[in-house]
Order: sequence, then structure tokens, then C-alpha cells
Amino acid sequence: MLILTCPCCGVSAEETEFSNGGEAHLKRFGPGSSDDDFESYMFNRKNPRGVHFERWRHAYGCGKWFIAARCTVTLEVFATYPAQTTEPPADVVKKIKARRSEWEGFA
Amino acid sequence: MSHRLDTGGRLIDRAQKLEFTFNGKRLQGYAGDTLASALMGAGQVLLGRSFKYHRPRGLVASGAEEPNALFGLGEGPRFEPNQRATTTELFAGAKLASQNHWPSLEYDIGAVNNAFARFLTAGFYYKMFIHPRAFWKHVYEPFIRRTAGLGRAPDPETVDADRYEQLYAFADVLVIGGGIAGLAAARAAADAGNRVILCEQAAHWGGRAPVDGVEIDGKGAGDWVEAQLAALRALPNVTLLNRTQGVGVHDHGYVLACQRLADHEPGADKPRQRLWRIRAARIVTATGAIERPLSFAGNDIPGVMLASAMRDYLVNWAVVPGKRVVVVTNNDDAYRSAIALHDAGVTIPAIIDARPDSDGALAQAARARGIRIAAGSAIRKVKGGKRVSGVELCAQDSAGAATAEHIECDAVAMSGGFSPVVHLFSHCGGKLIWDEAGGFFRPDPARPPLGHDGQGFVIAAGSANGAMAASDVLVDAHAAGLSAAGAKETPAPQAKAEPEAPMAPVWMMPARAEYDLRMKMWLDPQNDVKVSDVQLAAREGYESVEHTKRYTTLGMATDQGKISNINGLAILADSLDRPIPQVGTTTFRPPYTPLTMGTIAGEAKGPLFQPLRRTPLYDWHEAHGADWEPVGQWRRPYCFRRAGESRHDAVMREVRQTRESLGLLDASTLGKILVKGPDAARFMDMLYTNMMSTLKPGRCRYGLMCNENGFLMDDGVVARLSEDAFLCHTTSGGADHVHGWMEDWLQCEWWDWKVHTVNLTEQFAQIAIVGPYARKVLEKLGSDIDLGREALPFMEWHEGTLAGMPARIFRISFSGELSYEVAVPAGHGLALWQKLVEAGAEFGVMPYGTEALHIMRAEKGFIMIGDETDGTVIPQDLGLNWAISKKKDDFLGKRGMERTAMVASDRWKLVGLETLDGSVLPHAALAPAEGVNANGQRNTQGRVTSSYHSPTLGKGIALALVARGPERMGEVIEFQGDGGKMVPARIVETCFYDKAGEKQNV
Repeated sequence: MLILTCPCCGVSAEETEFSNGGEAHLKRFGPGSSDDDFESYMFNRKNPRGVHFERWRHAYGCGKWFIAARCTVTLEVFATYPAQTTEPPADVVKKIKARRSEWEGFA
Repeated sequence: MSHRLDTGGRLIDRAQKLEFTFNGKRLQGYAGDTLASALMGAGQVLLGRSFKYHRPRGLVASGAEEPNALFGLGEGPRFEPNQRATTTELFAGAKLASQNHWPSLEYDIGAVNNAFARFLTAGFYYKMFIHPRAFWKHVYEPFIRRTAGLGRAPDPETVDADRYEQLYAFADVLVIGGGIAGLAAARAAADAGNRVILCEQAAHWGGRAPVDGVEIDGKGAGDWVEAQLAALRALPNVTLLNRTQGVGVHDHGYVLACQRLADHEPGADKPRQRLWRIRAARIVTATGAIERPLSFAGNDIPGVMLASAMRDYLVNWAVVPGKRVVVVTNNDDAYRSAIALHDAGVTIPAIIDARPDSDGALAQAARARGIRIAAGSAIRKVKGGKRVSGVELCAQDSAGAATAEHIECDAVAMSGGFSPVVHLFSHCGGKLIWDEAGGFFRPDPARPPLGHDGQGFVIAAGSANGAMAASDVLVDAHAAGLSAAGAKETPAPQAKAEPEAPMAPVWMMPARAEYDLRMKMWLDPQNDVKVSDVQLAAREGYESVEHTKRYTTLGMATDQGKISNINGLAILADSLDRPIPQVGTTTFRPPYTPLTMGTIAGEAKGPLFQPLRRTPLYDWHEAHGADWEPVGQWRRPYCFRRAGESRHDAVMREVRQTRESLGLLDASTLGKILVKGPDAARFMDMLYTNMMSTLKPGRCRYGLMCNENGFLMDDGVVARLSEDAFLCHTTSGGADHVHGWMEDWLQCEWWDWKVHTVNLTEQFAQIAIVGPYARKVLEKLGSDIDLGREALPFMEWHEGTLAGMPARIFRISFSGELSYEVAVPAGHGLALWQKLVEAGAEFGVMPYGTEALHIMRAEKGFIMIGDETDGTVIPQDLGLNWAISKKKDDFLGKRGMERTAMVASDRWKLVGLETLDGSVLPHAALAPAEGVNANGQRNTQGRVTSSYHSPTLGKGIALALVARGPERMGEVIEFQGDGGKMVPARIVETCFYDKAGEKQNV
């Protein structure tokens, strides 16, 4: 059971206090989009061995969504940050690079 | 015979005798005994039968690693199978029953398997039960099911008589294991000011050091342990938990530990077990080491035990396994057992040492006592059936073709060296390294499991870390405690230990044993896996240790191979001609020892299983015959039964009364979510398929919500409160999900939109007043709102007072009748309800429940989320195209609905059904079609989604999804009725009652 820190209220809490919302930084494709783009938005998800970005909601706390950058192998949490961004902020990328020099960056 | 000595036993109290029974036989032990020591003291050697061959089984070990001595313990609501005798404390009146035999332990029919052991090799079941195919279902499976499983499951209808609880705890340092290593580590961390929890699986502290007579800091180990405990108890930052098994280390330092509070005093007024859910920054595993058996023929015969376990039984409980004990070993530790037994008066005919020469300090001490040492020797074979009668010797470096010597004895003490208990270190991904000198795997300090901060959070200490001598144990454990606490160096306790000669790896005895011997060498006595089975698996291509485990069942079931693991993989490595570390171990998974289902459930059972949500009217309903139905976490009245009435009768009465006169429904569970802000209208247009931005304040609109797939997710009436505020009514079960859904889009996609959402569901009591007299009864209550037909028309809402209470009155209808829904602050709910009941008396008012609500909406052809929808249905399937805006560029689900499959012409669409004979179709009945699908199943063309007896129409009505349904009006198709009978039904429109909608518009 993970420990996560909510960047909104600052509380470090048990995984059971949060609910997972799957892969983060998806781009929404709506009306007018191609079948391929829509399929990718709806169904195709990354499943990396290593650095991963995922959505969490502090469901039994402040209720806010945030994003956790996490290693799927060692479960190290590199950072958590507010959800109001379309890609990982520069300081988060820097933190991850410091721990995982082989990481190719967010794509 | 095993027996109790007249003196000694550091853990027993001879003044307190305890009676117990074993298979109905009355026996006696002492307070402080385990079931195992009590049975041994009472002379009971044969304790059970093995799983596959039903071979006689006796005690092997003295701790959690015991594979054989498992019993059904207790009776009735306290019966539990597979209780380990070695770790279960004796209590007065304990009732033990042995397992895996029929009709009795002494004479077991299943033992016939033993005669066919030559054919029942690894994989036998896989190979044997394939052909003929038809035999599987009727012959093989029933047979295997009857014989499978260890012990007998408790009666499913009997409720456990005991209470269980869970407790959360937090620590800077959690130390698992209360031997000298754990005590030293806990002391080091606690002295540095850390919050420390120390847990120990047994009732007593100190582990094996007091048994071994170790001297620490100039004191006997027992005294040193007492001094440490006193010091730790005096510290406010330390929690000591004995009888507490650390069972699993999970992500980020989450640990489960099970405390046995009343296992040793059943019926005491306290919980039986407590599950500790501990978060620790650092964990020290001081879990000790487990002795390995040696693989020689007949090593499973009752009376063959681990040498260290014999020493435990002798010193702790003053019981010995026999009068003549042969000791066989590849290391010096077994000499300690030989010396202890000899000093207690047991004859040691010989110590059989596989090493070519043996001349360490311990060997010399044995020789000084006149004990014979047979160096370079091996046990060729143990003689005996239900117990040991002797051993045959041969040279270790031989094939064991001939017997060199026969020695009579009634027990054998074996030692194949020790393996650190690495389970807890490994649970969360800690890696192991092979220690060549010790012949064991130990934790690799460079590759521990990592916490959320990327730092290792488990540190192994003492013999769990491979430090086997007491002097090394204390230095290692003290350092582990300091490291876990991040504390500065302090001096470690010092122990004096006899020097030991190096052990020699011996994985088979004799070294080149022939087949007949190898097929009698047990690796796993619980699952009957032998050296020959693992060798066969290797020959058949099972190269991975994980595959070999599954093929042979090595290391499975209750003991999870605690004593068999290393020996098994050493044999596998040898067969594959690979070094042991290359073969590796199987994965260690939690729990270390089995957890009871009771502790996992804790208090979450019965009324506490999940939270119960009650409306403000709950108590009134309860007092007026409510027949409850769960709706999400809510409890709603299904109907209100009167004396002598069936549920069906009550429902019919409620429908009729509501349609003819007046009914009341508690609609408080309906979701009520406020959406407010400058961008509220824009947001509502995205959420709903309808155009909500054009809704005028004061008006209501029925709206649909879809997910991005375009599938219908929720529905309800939206009321526009003001230019910038909407009140969204959702389904009772969907309110929380819908609120979460709104928040998700606002926070993660349109975070620049100025909108707030609040879930107001529980803030309001909501009552539906339904029926021809609805207006009259409201007017009787007195309101400043004009309730006239034109003043408050259908699909409008007004705010004001009703019976002096602040109220919102919505003129909406889910029944087709004249209907108002009144929302008042929750605290006024009961008062309003009572006033309505009082004022409605002259109209014969009745409360109605969810079933009457369902029937009335079905008569009108209104859909119900979860009945007409199942997560694959789009609004168009339900004929709800009118509620989908064509003017909006975008809304959630719009793109999903445009997919090819969603616009296909052959989709199943909603229709009404009338059975030709007036009967009620079974819910979810299917309509078969011609032909079969790719899986050979009959094709179908439709499915019933709602089906009721309509009291209004006096016959069965149904809603169904039917292929091209609306194009087939009037057609008769057959549905599968109860018992396979086909029921013809005519496809009709979805609305059965008042098609023009006049009744709601009066």
C-alpha cells in the first residue's frame, strides 16, 4: 500500500485515502477527431517498466485530483503535483532525471 | 517413546496441569506447553497423515516451519482446521483431531497410495487424468475434489463465535522478531529516541539463545533478555507485542502483524485476534534462521526431527523424542543437541557426521562425554513404519548400495545447516545473495525493498541476515537498530560463543544415492515431494524453479516450504548442473504464516460491513412496516406491508392507490448536485447530451449524461436555479460517482472554467406527492406558492414556503400522474411527511416504495439506469434521440456515439412487450434467434430489461431491447420463460398508459 502526498492539502496518507484515475496527461479527442486519435485517447494506455505518470484523487481528503510521478518497478514516488498541467513541470522532470539518468523524458 | 522428563522445562509450570484430548483420547500437559510439546510429553508420536501417500507423520520442528503437526482444533463455532501444534499454546479442554485419514489415524485406507508411490510421481495427476476426456467431469474431478485440500473446512452455516479487530499503528522503527537480535536492535533504536514497535511470534521472548545457553555481557542469555525487556518496558517510546506474528511486509513500509489475544484462552471476554496494520519508516527483520532437514531415505518416518527442535523441546518443555537418539549432521550445531540430550539422560548411540573429519570444540565436548562420532558417514535408510526403529549406515561418499552398520534407536535428530528467514525481507522486492560458506541465501544489503523516497526500508538483522554465531548476531543486530534509527554508533552487547567448525554442504545422503533410496528421501513431507520427484521434473524440462514448484507441489500449502525450499532447489540445481544461485529461489509472498479470515474481516461484518445511509424519514418507515431494499449504501422501502399482506399484494395496492388517489414517496436519496458559477451553463452543456444553457431559471429539463464512449451513465431532472446555478438531480446510486465525474472534468480538463460543484444530496429531504389529489393536499398544507395548473405548470419549479417550511416545489413526474416533488431542508423532512400523511388522510394517502415506483415508471415507458442500461447502451438505443442536442459542437460522449458500431442499423433498441397470455416474463429473459454464433451458442435477438405485473392494466408488461425493435411493431417473438418454456410476446410501444400524457397535466 503506497504512501502519497497530496500537493493540494500537503497531507501524506495511505493509498486507501486516494483513488487512482489511470494514466495522466492524456489529450482529449472529441467530435471531428480521427478514429485513430479517438481510439488512442479512449483505450491505448502506456504500461512502462519504470517512470510513470498517473492521476490520483484525494477522495477521502480534500477531494482534489493530482498527478504522481512514480517508478512502477521500485514504487519510488519521484514527485506529486497539481493536475492543472498538460505535461510534467520542469522541476519534476529534473527530479526524475536525478534519480533515473537513463529515463528518456516525458513523451 | 517420546516422554516428559521429571525435571526441567523453562517454560512449563508443573503446578498447573491441563487436560486435553487428541482424537478423543484424554491426555495431560502443563501450562506453558504448546500442543506439540504436550503431545510429545504424552507419548504421542504419530500425529497425522501426509497429503498424497497418507504416510504416517510426526513432529519435525518446534516453530512456524512445522509441516506435519496440523490439527483440526476446537468444535462447532470455534472449529478451525490446520492449526500448527508447534505454535499453538495448550489450553484446558483443547480438542485436537488429526487430519488426512480415514477411517482412523492408525488404520488409514488412503495409505494404499503409498503402495503405488512408484507410479504416483511428480505430475502424475496432470498425466493421468487427461484421457478419456469424458471421465474428467464425472469421475476424475469429483474424486480429486473429495481428496484435495488439507484438513476439513469449517461448516459454512456455522458462524465464528469469536470477535476479531484491527488496529492501526505507526512507528519509526518496527522490529519483527523478539530474539536476542530483535531485542538488541529495538534497544539500539529506542535509546536513540525512535518510536519503536517490537513484535515476537511466541508468547515468550528471547528466541533460541536461552536454549543454547549463550552468555551475553557476562550474564546468562535468559537474564540478559529479562534485563533488555525491563529496559524497553521502561521507555515510553516502545511498544512490545508478544504472541504477534509479523506476516507481511508491503509497499512503502506497510506491515501486517497478527496478535493472538485469546487463542490460548478460548471464550475469554476479548477479541480472539487483532490485526495490526503498521506503517513503519524502517523495518528490522530479526526473524532468525530455520534448520534444514537432511535428505536420506526414510527421513519422513515419525521420530525423525530437526536437531535444534529436539533441543528446544528438551530445554523449554522437558520433553524428549525417545530413549535412544541417533544424531546426523553436516555441521557443529547438532552436537549441541547431542550433548544436551546426553546430559539429560538420553542415550546417543552415535553422531553421524557427513564431514570426513570432525574435531571442533563441540565435537571434542561430545567425545569427552563418550559419545561416538561416525565421521564421513551417512544414514543409508531409516527403519520403521509408524515410528523409527533404527538406522542403517553407509559411507557418505557412496551410492549406498550396501549397509555398513545397523543401529537401533527410536528417534533421529537431523541437521542440514540453517537458512536465514528471508521471507519478510523479500516480500516487497528485497533481493538475496548466495552465501557459499554458510550454504544459504541471505538478504543483499545493497538491494533492499525501496520506500516512497527511493531508500531501502528493510534491514535484516542477526541470523536472519546470515550472522549465525551469537557474538556476530548481537553486533549485526545492534548495527541494524542504529542504522534503522539513523543513530550514532554506540557499543554493541557482547556474547561469548563456542567456535564452530565449518559446515559442509550435503544435499543428499549418501552423496550418490541410487534411485530406490532417492524415492524415499522426502524434501517436503507435507506435500509428499521427494528428491526423485524434483529430479524427474528437471528431466522433463522444468528448468525454472517456479515451474518445478508448481509441477511437483514442492513448497506449497500451509507451510510454504519453510524447511524444504533450499533443499529442493539444491537438488534441482544439481540435476540441471547449474550453481544454486543461478537457479534461484521461488518468490516469497505474504503471508509468512496463514492469517485467519476473521482478522482480515475484523469488525467489518454484520451491520458494520459497510456504512448505512438513512434518509430523514428512515425511522418513520421502519415504524410503518417498511420492507427494506438496499440501494447503493442507502436503505429504501421496497414497499410498506400491512398485516396479512404479501409483498406483491402491498405493491399492487400502493400502485392502485397512487394512480387513483394519492401516494407519497421518500425521494430523499435522489442525488442533488449544485453546479454554480459564471461558466456553469457552458459546463452543463458539456456534461449533458441536452442543451442546458437555454433552460430558463424556474424551469426543469430531463437530462442524460454519457461517458466518453457515448454510453448512458446517469439521468435526472435538471432545475435551473438562476442564471449561474443549476441543480442536477441524479440517480440514488449514482450521486457520488456523478459528483466525482464533474470534479474530474473541472479539475483536470477545463480547470480555467469558473464553476463550483457541491453535492447537496443529504442536505435536503425530498418527498414526491403523487396522484390526482396531489395539488389538493399541498394546498391544504398552506403555501405562498400558487400551485394552480397554469401558475406552476409541468416541468417548472418555484421556491417559497409550504406548511411554514422553506421549500422548493418541483412539478415533475416519474409516474405519469399529477405529481410534485418537494425539497425541504433535511431537518424539516419528517415534519413535512407527517403533515402530508395527516392532511392526506381524507384521500386515503399511502406511502409507496421503490417497487411501486418501478412499476409506474415502466407503465409509462420511462427508463431506469441499471435496468434499461448496462454500460453498453447509448441513448439512441432507448429512443431518447430527442434529448440529444444536434446544435452543440461538443459534449461528453458525442464523439463516442459517432463510431460505426453505435450508428449500425441492427442495434438492439427499446420496445414494449405484451405477452399473448398476459403472463409476466422473467427478468432478463432472452429471445432466441436462428442459428448459432462462433462459440456454438444460440443466437439471440432481444433481452427483457424490465418486467412487471401491471395492476393498472391487469397483465404482464415488459420493456426489452430487441434487434431493430422499433421497426418491428406488432410482430410476435418468443422469449425463454421459466423452465425453458417459450413465451410469445408482441412488440408494442414503450408507453403502456396514458400515451397522451394527460394525467400529469391536470
